[in-house]
Amino acid sequence: MKVSEIMQILEARMFTQQEEDLEIDSGCGCDLMSDVLAFNHNNNVLLTGAVNLQAIRTCEIVDTHVVVFVRDKEPSEEVVELAEDAGIVLLGTHYSMFEACGRLYLAGLRGEEINNDF
Amino acid sequence: MTFNYVVDPEAPERAGRASTRFKGVLKELGVSPKVIRAISIAMYEGEINMVIHAKGGTIRCDVDPDKITVVMADVGPGIPDIEQAMKAGWSTASPEARELGFGAGMGLPNMKKWSDKLLVETELGVGTTLTMEFNLT
Repeated sequence: MKVSEIMQILEARMFTQQEEDLEIDSGCGCDLMSDVLAFNHNNNVLLTGAVNLQAIRTCEIVDTHVVVFVRDKEPSEEVVELAEDAGIVLLGTHYSMFEACGRLYLAGLRGEEINNDF
Repeated sequence: MTFNYVVDPEAPERAGRASTRFKGVLKELGVSPKVIRAISIAMYEGEINMVIHAKGGTIRCDVDPDKITVVMADVGPGIPDIEQAMKAGWSTASPEARELGFGAGMGLPNMKKWSDKLLVETELGVGTTLTMEFNLT
């Protein structure tokens, strides 16, 4: 799914200056960065309510290139700057986490199989 | 080749810089993406632990032809019960750490999951040293 499609489905706006043609393979909805580190796969979109620097650093670590902040949460300039430096697209939607994930799922986006072995 | 980093306890918002920098080094060295991912995730969890549980510390990364070793040494309270700390879901993190999305009790389990070998040496009131090995072959 392209970033431009995600923006359309979620009526989202973009906080960073990046291309809308970027294509992602799967989705993940999560506020717990430890869970993102444990289960997230690369090249997916992360939907989160965590609007902080650590959310961006976590995405940088796991090669997640697109983040959607839910419930109209606004990232600080510092967060946007870090995302731009890391080449991460930041979007914002007015939908809640549940609604936003549901809308993307309905449009055909899926999550990845997770491995619970520790 | 050895790379050294310092984790500053006074700037928790910077936690993760060492891991992202070393990730860049590994990319330049041409290490496989799978190994880079494992090292980055495990090192990042360690870095977060150093900030939320200890008073910062140092990280030493040794790159050898057959393996990469990451040694993370903190000055902190030490871990009273390692067995419990290794359990997924167990955490003693502060509300502040939880607000950042951490403290879910996945730190050490994640480090164990992503590394090929994990050694935890800890002394109460002195600190904890984690040694992780990642095989390149």
